[in-house]
Amino acid sequence: MKYLYAAYAATWLIHVGYLGNLYLRYKRLQQEITDLRKK
Amino acid sequence: MKRAFPIFAIVTAGLLTFALYEALVVAPTEQTMGDVQRIFYYHVPSAWTAFLLFFINFGASLVYLIKRNTKADILALVSAEVGVVFCTVVLVTGPIWARPVWGIWWTWDMRLTLTLVLWLIYVSYLVLRRFSSGSQTPLIAAVLAIFGALDVPLVYFSIWYFRTQHPSPVIGRGGELDPRMAHVLLINWLAFSCFAFLVCWSRYRLEQVKRDVDETQALEALLETRSVR
Repeated sequence: MKYLYAAYAATWLIHVGYLGNLYLRYKRLQQEITDLRKK
Repeated sequence: MKRAFPIFAIVTAGLLTFALYEALVVAPTEQTMGDVQRIFYYHVPSAWTAFLLFFINFGASLVYLIKRNTKADILALVSAEVGVVFCTVVLVTGPIWARPVWGIWWTWDMRLTLTLVLWLIYVSYLVLRRFSSGSQTPLIAAVLAIFGALDVPLVYFSIWYFRTQHPSPVIGRGGELDPRMAHVLLINWLAFSCFAFLVCWSRYRLEQVKRDVDETQALEALLETRSVR
């Protein structure tokens, strides 16, 4: 069973990691938009 | 469109939860491998979703080469990126399944090696898109994507035409999968396809806004240079 859970956990870790990366990119972009508006 | 996204996200979350329940509880236990065979319900749908995304990348790259359409270029980039994520899942869950069944994590047979090559091709595609800023980058990337897509049928058909360690096809030619297992497999594929679509949707919007911001920043820099002169 440990291999089964490891595989399922790894799958979701990869997806959550990618979604986290997208969120960070979104935040950085939002910051850039705020800076542009200040100018 | 603003309302459609959260509704679709909720439907996808429900579908993924249901698919997980089906894979862990409803699907029958395989006689020789036991419970570890249930990795199949994540491994195979992830592979099919990755192939689908690389196919979209191929189509979008072709459209870009013919029409120089920006939307096609964004779609090509987005599908390659999400496709690499799903291909990574395949390359990680495969060895976790292989270890208890074959006794080894990895073997350099045709199916596994070609999948690794496929992953490397699309990672190099993303590296090219990330670090090359020339105006010809989308064009070069589109050509690379078309060559990369040639590997997808090679990966898929490798288990038909070569003797490999990898199991034979379970659906289609020569496949005899238990109908209950096939049902769970298709539900998981549907759930992961919806999830991939949702992620692509967010990534597409992000890329559109990023390009607008880049354009505005470039314009601003140009105006600043002119005002200094």
